[in-house]
Amino acid sequence: MNAHLHLWLIPILPFAGFLVNGLLGRRLPKALVSAVALGFPLASLMVVARAALIFFSLKPQPIPWLITYGSWINAGPLHLDFSLYLDQLSLLMLGVITGVGFLIHIYSVGYMAHEDGYWRYFSYLNLFLFFMTTLVLAENYLLMFVGWEGVGLASYLLIGFYYEKKSAADAGKKAFVVNRIGDFGFLLGMFLLLSQFGSLSFFQIGTNLTANPALQGGILTAIALCLVVGACGKSAQIPLYVWLPDAMEGPTPVSALIHAATMVTAGVYMISRTHFIFDRSPLALSVVAIIGAATALFAATIALVQTDIKRVLAYSTISQLGYMFLGCGVAAYSAAVFHLMTHAFFKALLFLAAGSVIHGLGGEQDMRKMGGLRKKLPVTFWTMTAGVIAIAGIWPFAGFFSKDAILYEAFQQGTLGKVLYVAGLVTALLTSFYMFRLWYLTFLGESRAGHGSEEHGASVHARSDTNLVQGAEHHQAIHESPWSMLTPLVILAILSLCGGWIGIENFGAYLAPVVGPVTDPALESGGKNLDYILSGVAVVVALLGWMIAHTFYSRKNDRAAKLATAASGPYSLLVHKYWIDELYHNVIVTPITLASRYILGWLGEVVIIRGSTWLLGGIATLLGELLRRWQSGNLRSYSAWLAAGAAVLLFFAVVGAVLGIGGTELRMVWAGQ
Amino acid sequence: MNSSLWHEVPSSWYLILSALLFSLGVIGFLIKRTLITVFMSIELMLNAVNLSFVTFAHDWHAVKGQIFVFFVMMVAAAEAAVGLAIIISVYRSRATLNVDQIDLMKL
Amino acid sequence: MHLILFLIFAGFCLAGAVNLLLQTHPINSALSLIVVMSSLAVLYLLLGAEFLAIAQIIVYAGAVMVLFTFVVMLLNVGEEEKTHGSKVAKVVGFPAIFVFFSVITTVVLEAQRHLDSLKMGGIRLSDAMTTIRELSQVLFTDMLLPFELTSVLILIAILGAVALARKEGHS
Repeated sequence: MNAHLHLWLIPILPFAGFLVNGLLGRRLPKALVSAVALGFPLASLMVVARAALIFFSLKPQPIPWLITYGSWINAGPLHLDFSLYLDQLSLLMLGVITGVGFLIHIYSVGYMAHEDGYWRYFSYLNLFLFFMTTLVLAENYLLMFVGWEGVGLASYLLIGFYYEKKSAADAGKKAFVVNRIGDFGFLLGMFLLLSQFGSLSFFQIGTNLTANPALQGGILTAIALCLVVGACGKSAQIPLYVWLPDAMEGPTPVSALIHAATMVTAGVYMISRTHFIFDRSPLALSVVAIIGAATALFAATIALVQTDIKRVLAYSTISQLGYMFLGCGVAAYSAAVFHLMTHAFFKALLFLAAGSVIHGLGGEQDMRKMGGLRKKLPVTFWTMTAGVIAIAGIWPFAGFFSKDAILYEAFQQGTLGKVLYVAGLVTALLTSFYMFRLWYLTFLGESRAGHGSEEHGASVHARSDTNLVQGAEHHQAIHESPWSMLTPLVILAILSLCGGWIGIENFGAYLAPVVGPVTDPALESGGKNLDYILSGVAVVVALLGWMIAHTFYSRKNDRAAKLATAASGPYSLLVHKYWIDELYHNVIVTPITLASRYILGWLGEVVIIRGSTWLLGGIATLLGELLRRWQSGNLRSYSAWLAAGAAVLLFFAVVGAVLGIGGTELRMVWAGQ
Repeated sequence: MNSSLWHEVPSSWYLILSALLFSLGVIGFLIKRTLITVFMSIELMLNAVNLSFVTFAHDWHAVKGQIFVFFVMMVAAAEAAVGLAIIISVYRSRATLNVDQIDLMKL
Repeated sequence: MHLILFLIFAGFCLAGAVNLLLQTHPINSALSLIVVMSSLAVLYLLLGAEFLAIAQIIVYAGAVMVLFTFVVMLLNVGEEEKTHGSKVAKVVGFPAIFVFFSVITTVVLEAQRHLDSLKMGGIRLSDAMTTIRELSQVLFTDMLLPFELTSVLILIAILGAVALARKEGHS
């Protein structure tokens, strides 16, 4: 294998950036911190680009690169190496991660310019890049798990970036703990894999499976389901999605990078990378598909009534991830990854544009206090429009191609598939609706911001980007963002437009060596015509959603309020997010806290640990008290004990000699000389 | 009287006498209240042991037994000298030789 | 003959020992101990240890006991006080002595009667004495080193006794 690819540089360069900014950043001037923070990811991007060039220049077919950097664990039958693996899938993911990541870094330079922890932010961001690239480059489950955990750590650090705010710190904890639950499933999956295959290397497991075509279901289903639990935690699916809305407490670029474009897609990536396990277990695939469709629908319904612009986008992310899971669940991995890529473009764009809006308004995030920003933030407006159309899935923007591919594949999978297709279609309707609702509320109509900016003291301090308000120049006047923030928006908008033009056939052909061939519509039942029909239906549904949003929100009217009061039951249910957070808190968190307090806290800590130390000390003291009496200073008692001891010794010696045990040498002495 | 007994005293009698003397010495060691008297009981014990050594030496025609008695006597003499010197200094510091009152080593 | 002599002098021994215990004034105890020492010397003679008998008289009765008597008179030790005594001594000590004595007696009597390898003989008056010649032959050849060391020991004891017993502040 050609070692000139220098794959190790791809994770290590951001890590170096993390070290430099983390250790020295506090004392460096801001310009230098920015230079370091941008330079290392850019260098990593260069290495990725170069690797891509080399990869694609191979004739006639690019072959995957497996580079081993030394043995990691060598314990008996368990062998694990630091192996990095480059193929079409990981190359694609690396492109997305480093490319979109770099754009977001540029954006952050402008967005976080007035923050105190500027250096800290960028060091964490670089740390995240390090772990994420490790995750996608890993060739075995354990190295991937290192990246998996690491991105969870970086996410915690970044969500809790404003650590002095309790809500932010709590959100960081929540994200980490819920991810941990998922990681537990991942660990169980790894243990089962080890017991079944004796190895955690993708390569070895893949070859093992191809050599055993008869191995189906059973243990593989168990493994797959455990891994799915992990994926649900990381990719915020039911039931472990609850951390993602709270994660909006972090700075907006963080939400864009981690909670839209990259970290949350780790679950989808993992399933696609190790699809050979899932392919053998139809049950697991169905579970994945059902979870995906259900989550998509569920999250979309919640997004309908949210008022915080970032919350809408958060639930939208959960919903779109549901689509990706659906795609994986119907074994259409190429479609899922295609959607992953296009979603990275438009969701990052949406988040960054929302950040631009928030920045322009001086920290306001409540959509009820926005409106009429179209003229005041023109670049933001046009780029966000591109993102909204893309996510709604309207041709020719990127979302259309990828979402349509998933829905098509779902439709093909028997009755369950058709049910899921309907669910996906309804979700598309809802998605279009709430995204255009957001669009109308934020940019069109008359400005309601007047009420807001005077109160930015109260309402804004309830939200995350409070420090923006402190920046003196940004007071009061609504203004467009600096070019450092707008340039990435423009680039991402262009990508949202043409990112899907590659088409699922070419995309699938690109990924085919990794995930298997994509089905050619021409060969399926219904043929190409069905494909066109379904695509048409999807576009119609999206436009329908737009129209409904138009009637409710385009001009100031109270149709939305009337509907809310008319259907107050469902409305309340949606506003309170189906009371899931409260449910979890009462059913899971409180009992565990109580159990921990009383079993570990009282029983374990007080009774057992303190008790046993007290007991040991007590025994020593007691013995001391007893034995002290012996040292009475009374000569006669000493002599008495002497005599007693001598008598006892004599007795036992004689008895022993007579009985033949011990002291038999006494007999020899008596024999004389 | 048994003629053999008239002429021949069994050595066990000597040994029992020795044991008896030793026990009396231990009793004196335990119940006497003056330091000097305790010391005298110790000398009594040593003598009892000497007697048994000599008895055995006679029984087995072993001269080494008597050598041992010789050395015990020497050491006992040395020990008596030193012990009495200690008793004198104890008397000087405590002004009493009552065993129960010399308990400075009490914990 | 041997029997009578043994009985008489064993009796003196025991009487002296018991008297040592019963007397309250240390000087009486010391004098009883001298009786015991002397009787033991005679017993040694009966056992054929002529040198030891004389050594007993000279060293023990003549030197050690005199030393005891001197110290008693020097310190002017009075009669023993009647204190309550040590309970421990009575509770633990006496049974111990009893055990001790009975074990030894049992072993000795058993040895006399039954145990073949340990059968002990009797002692006659006509038994040969162990002469000084035999004694010194062993003492000055096999036991030369211990003999010399004993003299060093006595020297040390003298020095120790002098150091311990002199009055403070005197040169």
